Amino acid sequence: MNLFQYVSERWDRLSLQALLHVSGVVQCTVIAAIIGVVVGVLVYRSSAGSAIATALASTILTVPSFALLGLLIPFLGLGVAPSVVALVLYGLLPILRNTIVGLNGVDPAVTDAAKGIGMSRFGVLTRVELKLAWPAILTGMRVSTQMLMGIAVIAAYAKGFGLGSEIFSGLTRAGSANSLNQALAGTLGVVVLALVLDGVYVLITRLTVSRGARD
Amino acid sequence: MTAALNHGLPGVSSSSALERRGNVTSRSDQVRLFAQPALVVVIVAAVVIWALTSDLNANERETLNLSTILTLTGQHILITLAVTVLVVLIGVPLGIALTRPGFRIAAPVFLVVANIGQAAPALGVIVLFFLWTNIEGLWAVTIPLVFYTLLPVLRNTMVGIRQVDPMLIDAARGIGMSSGGVLRRVELPLAVPLILAGLRTSLVLAVGTATLAFFVNGGGLGELIDTGYKLQLNSVMYVGAVLAIGLALLVDWLGGIAERVLGPRGVS
Repeated sequence: MNLFQYVSERWDRLSLQALLHVSGVVQCTVIAAIIGVVVGVLVYRSSAGSAIATALASTILTVPSFALLGLLIPFLGLGVAPSVVALVLYGLLPILRNTIVGLNGVDPAVTDAAKGIGMSRFGVLTRVELKLAWPAILTGMRVSTQMLMGIAVIAAYAKGFGLGSEIFSGLTRAGSANSLNQALAGTLGVVVLALVLDGVYVLITRLTVSRGARD
Repeated sequence: MTAALNHGLPGVSSSSALERRGNVTSRSDQVRLFAQPALVVVIVAAVVIWALTSDLNANERETLNLSTILTLTGQHILITLAVTVLVVLIGVPLGIALTRPGFRIAAPVFLVVANIGQAAPALGVIVLFFLWTNIEGLWAVTIPLVFYTLLPVLRNTMVGIRQVDPMLIDAARGIGMSSGGVLRRVELPLAVPLILAGLRTSLVLAVGTATLAFFVNGGGLGELIDTGYKLQLNSVMYVGAVLAIGLALLVDWLGGIAERVLGPRGVS
């Protein structure tokens, strides 16, 4: 059986796993974005705070994902919980760093002008600074999503979700019929979905970043 | 108003944004330069001493002894080293070749292939290589991981050489250097900081993905985590995870040191 026949025969299960994979990654990216932006807003004015937050986040990124999973399983058990925590932690760094860089890149003259027309501190933040930092934050989310697509595969080890389970079961059934097709379908599925998501980000950038602010 | 807006935009190369970015990054690098190794030594020492001295049952004793831990750590380091050496030996010459006039046309092809290689999940690449070739052990991990971790070194070598000011190259040619001499004495030294940065990224990827080596009988510290998971021995899982994390942080730290020490002075 070739890959094409295999995929069309198991389409029901593969498409479900693909859907779970993408929706898990997207949800974790959104959670990471919320945490990353909130932390970024809290620390961006202090250079020591920014340095510590960025250092902490890039240290997390250095941690091998399989090792982090090993640390989380004893606490959180198997299944969705350790996968979600791991994915959110890994997704943080690019978003946090880009939030800090983006907010710091806002021209002081612009925020001064906003204050000058009577905007409150909160108004300046939400209606001027975050809007101007949005392209950078979006880029951070895009990088995170790409990374999480691959890490989610490893997270499937702990009875997690998604296409990773296809790769794992292809490995455990090594030697039997279709084991290669199964692993190939899982791996290629992740690559294709990552490309599709990247396209979606291009679209979101087009729709949410005003023309003048686009790179 | 529009002009001011454009000037302050993040991501656009306005001078203020770049300055602040360098500031945040370099300060966070400094924090990591000192805090990271200290943290690693303390935590790893604490966990290993705890593991070797505490009351363990027979099952745990069988996996958690000094010789097993040392063997697995050694395998882990060996995989990381093998991958890194191969990545440098392949990535740097290939990167140089792809900036030379004759081969420049092929550059996009290689970059696209390397990009896809990195977009593919590491575990998938390892498993597929194993299922295709049936090789097990060290090379079953090393070869796929070389593909997986090649991109940062390859891309940074190419970018590093391309970003050299053409005026410097003209000047070097003008004083009579051959194109080989220009490459060796002008272009490569100026590209070294970027190549080292790429190498550090590759190193971190390699040491991280080496935890997956046990899936194809390549050993490494991932094996402790897997044993702990399968036998439901949390202590074994902790030790494996903490050692793997410690090793990764240490390798990253060494990469940072290498960037400082090996980078030519005056170029940054």
